[in-house]
Amino acid sequence: MSEGEVQPVGMEKDRGLFGVAGTGDTSGFGGLVRATPTGGEVIATPEPLGGYFDQILAAVREGLGDEIVRAAVVDRDELTLHIAPDKTAEVCGLMRDDESLKFELCNSVSGVDYPGRQHRLHVVYHLTSMTYRRRVRLETAVGTDNPVVTSVTGVYPTADWQERETYDMFGVVFDGHPHLTRILMPDDWEGHPQRKDYPLGGISVEYKGAHIPPPDERRAYK
Amino acid sequence: MTATDHPHDVFEAEDAYAAERETTEGRVYTVTGGDWDEMVASVDPLNDERIILNLGPQHPSTHGVLRLVCELEGETVRSVRPVVGYLHTGIEKNLEYRTWTQGTTFVTRADYLAPVFNEVGYCLAVERLLDVTVPERANVIRVIMMELNRISSHLVALATMGMELGALSMMIYGFRDREKVLDIFEAVSGLRMNMAYVRPGGVAQDIPDDAVAMIRDFIEYMPTALDDYDDLLTGNAIWQERTQGVGYLDVSGCLALGVTGPVLRSAGLAWDLRKTMPYCGYEDYDFEVPTHNGADAWARYLIRIQEIRESLRIIEQGLDRLEPGPVMVEDKKIAWPAQLALGADGMGNSLNHIRHIMSQSMEALIHHFKLVTEGFRVPAGQVYTAIEAPRGEFGVHAVSDGGTRPFRIHMREPTFVNLQALPALAEGGLLADVIAGGASLDPVMGGCDR
Repeated sequence: MSEGEVQPVGMEKDRGLFGVAGTGDTSGFGGLVRATPTGGEVIATPEPLGGYFDQILAAVREGLGDEIVRAAVVDRDELTLHIAPDKTAEVCGLMRDDESLKFELCNSVSGVDYPGRQHRLHVVYHLTSMTYRRRVRLETAVGTDNPVVTSVTGVYPTADWQERETYDMFGVVFDGHPHLTRILMPDDWEGHPQRKDYPLGGISVEYKGAHIPPPDERRAYK
Repeated sequence: MTATDHPHDVFEAEDAYAAERETTEGRVYTVTGGDWDEMVASVDPLNDERIILNLGPQHPSTHGVLRLVCELEGETVRSVRPVVGYLHTGIEKNLEYRTWTQGTTFVTRADYLAPVFNEVGYCLAVERLLDVTVPERANVIRVIMMELNRISSHLVALATMGMELGALSMMIYGFRDREKVLDIFEAVSGLRMNMAYVRPGGVAQDIPDDAVAMIRDFIEYMPTALDDYDDLLTGNAIWQERTQGVGYLDVSGCLALGVTGPVLRSAGLAWDLRKTMPYCGYEDYDFEVPTHNGADAWARYLIRIQEIRESLRIIEQGLDRLEPGPVMVEDKKIAWPAQLALGADGMGNSLNHIRHIMSQSMEALIHHFKLVTEGFRVPAGQVYTAIEAPRGEFGVHAVSDGGTRPFRIHMREPTFVNLQALPALAEGGLLADVIAGGASLDPVMGGCDR
């Protein structure tokens, strides 16, 4: 599927108060137009970032060059380093082995789908340094036409199942993964359920003559 | 009825328990129970081929719907491949179609033995996104409930591990004492499991006085029960034989495979998020983090017993800190509006609250309506919060787009990550030790598959 064809469920609701069109809404709220907050690109936090975040950023840049971090974002006291999809293994290797970083534990690998962006599939890694008791988040983004991210299983073997889950749910292909197969969904399943353009599914249920639609087709506030 | 109605010879030719058939992959046995000797006898003992044994997903000793594909050479396990996903219910996807408050009813059903931890982990993430601080009393109640839940979860871990290794009495005692904790949960929240008691901004309702009395009785009772377990298992030669040196996984193995919780502490690393990255005010409680150097199933058993004792200490301190006060944030734009009370027909909105919204304050009615139907908005952004669940680090990666529903929630489930270690601690050992090693990981498939 190319970027132009994306018609995400739930995300076309930039207009109106509810998610349904064509109802007899006379309140005027149906005419509201709202910009999607997730539509924007990543905005880097101006440096210095404060606390240990500057030390991490400096150590990463010293090890792999100034260009390695596309953007460093500090939000709610958490540091996010945005990196290129083909640099994840390299950055994780440095994160684990550098004396001043020592991120021994890869807690979590997961995906987020931001429909409407050019690189809509994000892969997020959460790392913990047990030595320094610090956390950091690495984030990379790919488009659906070439969703390839370098696997970090060589650095963190624990990423094995979690990358399989991300592949299963989002269709991100991890280059270098030993056996990238589905893990939660059946092997012959089609589609990647956590993408925003994948419907939740369900049937409408009759209750005392009224039909209650499935959750993803119900009227919902935005 | 004639003899031709019962073709006995056909029935006798086919073993009712272990049917066998030839396939392109070789001979396949379908084993349904009570027939192991017959099956073994029918396998050519001089044949050195390896046997692929499929264990589960419906098998009483695999802790729920876990499937293990084992490659056996005699009784030695050459490889184990865990197969998961049989309990996948799409909780994370469903969350994206509910309000932030409704989310607690979904996350609580993931790891069904540790519902309070799922709820607290999720609510801490939502609260960090909202940038609100919950009242002190709510924090203390959360700590008490979490530690009670840790005890009940560890009791099931001990009970099922006992059952799987043949100590059936332990299963009965473990579930008996867990029932006492569930009774407390029922007195506090109205439900025994999957309570959705912890809500963004605090807890659903205050802890009643009789529940406090029940908790005091429980912390008085539990140490004697733990002594009984000690008498039953710790000195038991069979228990020691089955667990000591079984399922070995050292610190570097744990870290590489991302294993946390009692399994990591059984390898000697005192990594407990309650101490190392405190939340909910754990830094103010006096407790120890038990560790062991065995790195085997025995060490994990001992650690769980000791953790129950430490949890009892925390609960006792929590009860002493229980000062009167609100259990939900003051902000009426976030706090659930219903004031619950016990009426003639059970728990429901208090009559005072109904009187207030129906006849005194139109604004209160609007607030109630808006919060229940629409929910509150959460500022855009993403956070990762982690807490120490009974099985290890339970993390929640929450992403908001500024709307009334989560944009994405990912649960970092300790079971899902820890199960990856099963091949590492079972391969090269005996088939019986796969069960012991797996039980010492204490997997809960509801959490694993979400």
